[in-house]
Amino acid sequence: MPPLLEVENLQVHFETEDGLVKAVDGVSYSVDSGQTFGIVGESGSGKSVSSLTVMGLTRARNARISGSVRFNGKDLLGASEDEMRQIRGNDIAMIFQDPLSSLHPFYKVGAQIAETVRSHRDVTKAQAWDRAVEMLSLVGIPEPRRRADAYPHEFSGGMRQRAMIAMALANDPKLLIADEPTTALDVTVQAQILELIERLQSEFDTAVVVITHDLGVVAEMADEIAVMYAGRIVEKADTDTIFAAPEHPYTWGLLSSIPRLDSPRGEELVPIGGRPPSLINLPTGCSFHPRCPYVREAHKRTEPKLEPVPGRPGHEVACLLPSETRRKLWAELRQGIKPGDARSDVMEEKAL
Amino acid sequence: MSETLMEVRDLYKHFPIHAGFFRRQVGAVKAVDGVSFDVLRGETLGLVGESGCGKSTTARVLLRLLDATSGSITFEGREISNIKGSELKALRREMQMIFQDPYSSLNPRKTVGTIIADPFVIHGTKQTKAERKAAVQELMDIVGLNPEHYNRYPHEFSGGQRQRIGVARALALKPKVIVADEPVSALDVSIQAQVLNLLRELQRDLGLTLIFIAHDLSVVRHMCDRVAVMYLGRIVELASSEQLYTHPRMPYTGALMSAVPVADPRLAASKKRQVLAGDVPSPTNPPPGCRFHTRCWKAQEICRNEDPPLTAKDGGNLAACHFPLTDAEVLERVPSARSLSG
Repeated sequence: MPPLLEVENLQVHFETEDGLVKAVDGVSYSVDSGQTFGIVGESGSGKSVSSLTVMGLTRARNARISGSVRFNGKDLLGASEDEMRQIRGNDIAMIFQDPLSSLHPFYKVGAQIAETVRSHRDVTKAQAWDRAVEMLSLVGIPEPRRRADAYPHEFSGGMRQRAMIAMALANDPKLLIADEPTTALDVTVQAQILELIERLQSEFDTAVVVITHDLGVVAEMADEIAVMYAGRIVEKADTDTIFAAPEHPYTWGLLSSIPRLDSPRGEELVPIGGRPPSLINLPTGCSFHPRCPYVREAHKRTEPKLEPVPGRPGHEVACLLPSETRRKLWAELRQGIKPGDARSDVMEEKAL
Repeated sequence: MSETLMEVRDLYKHFPIHAGFFRRQVGAVKAVDGVSFDVLRGETLGLVGESGCGKSTTARVLLRLLDATSGSITFEGREISNIKGSELKALRREMQMIFQDPYSSLNPRKTVGTIIADPFVIHGTKQTKAERKAAVQELMDIVGLNPEHYNRYPHEFSGGQRQRIGVARALALKPKVIVADEPVSALDVSIQAQVLNLLRELQRDLGLTLIFIAHDLSVVRHMCDRVAVMYLGRIVELASSEQLYTHPRMPYTGALMSAVPVADPRLAASKKRQVLAGDVPSPTNPPPGCRFHTRCWKAQEICRNEDPPLTAKDGGNLAACHFPLTDAEVLERVPSARSLSG
């Protein structure tokens, strides 16, 4: 059986006055029903644009989209606007980061959920309203019948996010795309929302794509993770591997620049130097090379491809360092040796 | 290290709510509702809590950016909660602030040099232009900015660099205390670490006292010597970082720690996530008794009626709780406690 969502070599470029912005530059991944796929990256890595394109939401006049997106065997990039409207909110639903700007301030919460139902199902207004109330109670809003009658501004941040999840799930979507679903929320509310998404997913066998910059969130939710940098996937593996045996220096950088609750307190953070590149003028060769502590001359000329890691099925990485060297370097990092002091042969070669 | 720099006693800050034709006061948002703590010289004190718990208001009252409703604040033994005019201006030199949003806290129409030199102009410390320029360039060098970029405008800098400009401005008058209100939450992960490392270095080198406000508990643990946990305008637990993160006593602190997503799939899978039900009650009308009782899994009759005082509990934590967590309960719920204690 083919996967539920299959994205292949997706490219999304935008023509602007300043030049061509390569927001997404050849991204491939697939998600099965009941699976959670995590996309991690910093701002400007293309993580949001790639999923907005899946939803058909980047079809601006200046956008150049190529590659293929297949959902349930159907090509979404070639679908007409009418066909997309049938799919959005029905088969594929999306949760956004900021619930206040994603809910209409002028309409009651219940009415907004009922509208989603009525635009895809042949039901009466009363039935749609009942469905809205049912959804609100499903996502754990107390007194749902009374709350359906309230306006978004009468809800707290966590409740708005729940209302948006209720709206997204009202038509039992097969795929849920969650773009930074908990970034605007407090940790306690975040825990509630993550728990809710997990529960609903196991009940309805929904596929979830979760997009975030928070490594903790994907560690808790995702089955498989893709790390994006400058519009490309630089590493992809199952969740355990990404955290236990990552092979891309950027992934290492991300992991060692966050303080962790479960490591000794005095530990020093190792930031990634520099900053994310401009998507108009990407660095030549490996686009991470200006920030990579292990860069060699050749990396500035050759573009790395996302290739399988030998001996690790399902693990792919786009790095020009030999796999053996990468493993040694990661082992050294784990022992607390900083990138600058790396003893491995990479550095010896550099000295020569 | 253990010398007290600031003493805060019974601090209240209520924002009145007016309504009706005569704009009569109908209530008050009790943003800070009876807070007492000490700030020690040279330490980093963390303030954590959910949004609306009063952590930012507390810091702003401390800096006299807001006037306290009542209570006392002393700085180096001197009462500062009611000083005015030139005295207050002199105090401003001792205390500075770093803001959350590096985009809105810098004037886009001024060059970086002017922004950082502003404190000198306001307080008249560096008289000549050349003196100011030299001082600004030295500051830029300290915070890791290229001093040659003196004449550039804020939009020419990235988020992380802008936050460095904010740090340089705060350092200009050689303050004793710096309040950093969510200094890294607007920054990308890889840039966050750069700014955190900078703050830690500066504190070590310049002997600053830092009051660090953040909602990210991992960042707070990394930065702070002591941490105060706030809930609905009160401090509910205060302890050293080590102690707080391995042996939280207040169930609310335990719930916060348990809620933090851990970037370790195996640890994440094994923990019993403690999800707090419901939302924070309204600060206009906080619940009677212990303020946390409406969401607490250990709450009993006494919690609904009697407000627990902040007292020393097992392990030395100050906590306001009738039924503090036991070590066994902590181990079950807080994965960080487990991985640290063995």
